[in-house]
Amino acid sequence: MATLNINGRNMSVEAASDTPLLWAIREQLQMTGTKFGCGAGLCGACTVHVNGEAVRSCQTMVGDVAGKKITTIEGLSAKGDHPLQKAWITEQVPQCGYCQSGQIMQAASLLAKNNNPTKEEVVEHMDGNLCRCMTYSRIQKAIMRAASEMRTASNTSSDRRAT
Amino acid sequence: MNTHVKINQVETPDLSRRSFLVGAATAGLAFGYSALPDMLGADRAFAATSANFEPSVWYSIAPDGLVTITCGKADMGQHIASTMAQIICEELGADWRNMRVQLASNDPKFNDPVLGAQITGGSWSTMMNFDAMSRAGAAGRIALTEAAAASMGVPSGELVVRDSLISHSKSKKSMTFAEIVKSGKATKSFSSDELKAITLKTPDQYRLIGVSVPQLDIPSKTNGTAKYGIDVMLPGMVYGKVVTPPVRYGATVKSLDDSAAKKVPGFIKAITLDDKTGTTTGWVVAVANTYGNARKAADALKITYDDGPNAKASSQSLLDEAKRLQGLDDSGQFFVKNGDPAAAFGTAAKVMEAEYTTNINIHAPMEPMNATAEFKGDILHIYSGNQFATRSGAIAAGAAGIDPKYVVMHQMWLGGGFGRRLDADMMVPAVQAAKAVGKPVKVIYSRENDMTMDFSRPLTYQKVKAGLDGDGKLVAMSHDVVSAWPTARWGIPDFLTPSVDKKGPLDSFTVNGADFFYTVPNHHVRAIKNELAHNATPSGQLRSVAPGWTFWAVESMIDELAYAAGKDPAQFRVDLLDGKGDNAGGAQRLRNTLLAAMGLAGYGTRQLPKGEGMGVACVSSQERKTASWTACVAHVAVAPSGEVKVKKLTVATDVGTQVHPDNIRAQVEGAALWGLSLAMYEKATLKDGGIEQTNFDSYTPLRMSQVPEVAISVIANGEPATGVGEPAVTVIAPALGNAIFNACGARVRALPITAEAVKAAMKA
Repeated sequence: MATLNINGRNMSVEAASDTPLLWAIREQLQMTGTKFGCGAGLCGACTVHVNGEAVRSCQTMVGDVAGKKITTIEGLSAKGDHPLQKAWITEQVPQCGYCQSGQIMQAASLLAKNNNPTKEEVVEHMDGNLCRCMTYSRIQKAIMRAASEMRTASNTSSDRRAT
Repeated sequence: MNTHVKINQVETPDLSRRSFLVGAATAGLAFGYSALPDMLGADRAFAATSANFEPSVWYSIAPDGLVTITCGKADMGQHIASTMAQIICEELGADWRNMRVQLASNDPKFNDPVLGAQITGGSWSTMMNFDAMSRAGAAGRIALTEAAAASMGVPSGELVVRDSLISHSKSKKSMTFAEIVKSGKATKSFSSDELKAITLKTPDQYRLIGVSVPQLDIPSKTNGTAKYGIDVMLPGMVYGKVVTPPVRYGATVKSLDDSAAKKVPGFIKAITLDDKTGTTTGWVVAVANTYGNARKAADALKITYDDGPNAKASSQSLLDEAKRLQGLDDSGQFFVKNGDPAAAFGTAAKVMEAEYTTNINIHAPMEPMNATAEFKGDILHIYSGNQFATRSGAIAAGAAGIDPKYVVMHQMWLGGGFGRRLDADMMVPAVQAAKAVGKPVKVIYSRENDMTMDFSRPLTYQKVKAGLDGDGKLVAMSHDVVSAWPTARWGIPDFLTPSVDKKGPLDSFTVNGADFFYTVPNHHVRAIKNELAHNATPSGQLRSVAPGWTFWAVESMIDELAYAAGKDPAQFRVDLLDGKGDNAGGAQRLRNTLLAAMGLAGYGTRQLPKGEGMGVACVSSQERKTASWTACVAHVAVAPSGEVKVKKLTVATDVGTQVHPDNIRAQVEGAALWGLSLAMYEKATLKDGGIEQTNFDSYTPLRMSQVPEVAISVIANGEPATGVGEPAVTVIAPALGNAIFNACGARVRALPITAEAVKAAMKA
């Protein structure tokens, strides 16, 4: 039995400490937005945030994340309206959609630190996330759109920056 | 192989003998076909619950005005459910914001009206369902309009239907669809002749076809709520993890020792599959209370195998066998037999001969194969995203030892299909485990299971011989295609094609595309089954299927011939697409598409830097009768090391009619990048009977950093809508190979293209 802080709530899971976080989230908590893709940290479908960092939940053990803040796609925003989620809809990114929770979580960790990334920075940050439908160019566009929206929001609230 | 699989006969549901009904149902107003319309009123028909009288509801309108379409097609990212809704919505006159979709069960009443089965593939769905969906929508609009006219007391001919509102401008009266449904007055049946007589909209009247409406499934795919097969949770469910043998096919389990597995907490049972459907061989499934424990238990099993007859097979032995078969005069069957190439070669000014190969490729959709099985009384429920409910239901039934009519398939969103989910192997362990433990079981493949047990794109070997006359005109071609036969594996005669030399049926899904639209007076195509490959690597339909290899050979050889004739490769193609005889129409469309791609790419308009080149290819994929017209200009830079950088892919495609322009672009881009991935980055190999690649470290589909610039031009010329999910896959490899030759004079003939092969060909 372990207690995990997921999306701002403490939840207890009946799982050995060497259970991958992915399966605790999906099976025990029945939050199925986080996906199983490869089980080896090679595809990014299972990406969640631990203390704000994007991690592969298939490679992260339950015992290693006790007391840390875990965020899944279900907790990224209150109403599915994170700038990335809105941009994903505007750009009509998903095809099969299976990898997209992981793509969005991976992108969110970039924009949280850098809301004005270059194309090269986006590619470097996203290259570990496979999309078998090959929606890569739309993913890039959506990230740029979301970054732009986040900059506009922060400009209106605080500093001015050159455009 | 399939002797224990009972496929309920594939037959076209004869909609011409059915009536289309509009009538009240429990959930509102229902619209669908019925076999027994005239004895009961439409209302009573939909209210009837008798098992042998159940009309197929294609869509319904609830009292709140929401229109729900039931889609019998698998949605694997091509947004086909949304597209079906869009076609109906156009004629129905509903507000797009009121449209919803749900996925159909395997009930035959949801079979494709043209194919007579529930199967999704071939880029067929839009073209084959457009007319039926349009008529269903129009019939609904007529019924609603007549009901509104009666309520308002005005002539129905004066009513205008738009955005779920029916209005009468003179009297300023109007009714919403919701109000009409609540009135309970809309009821009508259309005889088949009446349905056929409905005048559908002409393209100039379209308000929704040709508009990129928001896809209905996309919001759920941005917030984690879309449910895929792997997300199914049933009360009391336990988990299964399969253990697969070291060889792809043909092994048997000699002994199973579960003593160590018994120490794993939550372990329930290990079951050796008894698969009379022949879909799997030598598989064991470990069942436990969680997937983690099932994996631990699976790892703890000690299993010994008889590796069976294919234990020595390798990519090399499959290729050697293919070459041997091709060398025999009496191998295979003829798919095309026009004129006499052998005689023509004798008088040709120049004869060229070349071999083209492709390696094994793995589907690897991001959602690993999975299925959940539950027995409820006599009924077997299967939850799994699947592309071929008609056959997969029969496989599940075969695994359970019951009649297919007792199987209910619950369709889910597919986390990628690409042809992989035409197969039903994942259902066999789920069914037999559920039966053995008396609980619902969800089986999830590891990525390693998924990769090594794929029904892969087969290794192919093609030999093409061609002759030019003194003017450099192509006068003869003989083309042999040797491969495993993916469709023959299905055991459904309707999906095979009679050979033109009457030597029995052949698998046209290994040679489609070789019957191209170029005018070549002497042209033979032979389909040769590589029995060794067929047995050792049971193959499947991988996105684009045969044209993915046939056009690799044809379009590469056409390029080689053009250079041999001293002509520009694009102009050489234009000349061959003269539209004579059976090629009339199609050839001209393909020519125009090629010219469009050339124009968009600036082909031949400027001198390229040293080491850069452009290559063209044009294809009539998927099948001659269902072709979309697609052309590509590839622009590459080749380093002295042989390293190829793809600078730009320009793709033009003639799709006749665009239902959803943005989705067509998404599909064409995805398909083109698949083509690139297969051409340069994906390679699986067989050794000692087993697939060597086990995960995304050794099998390496395209990543974001490898995406080149892609330009797409979609031609919509008012011809009927064609498919777009696959054709662009097939045009990329030959365009790249031709561009590499143009850049550095290296001719590559094997996929995937490697730097080593390019460098070696430079020296040659």
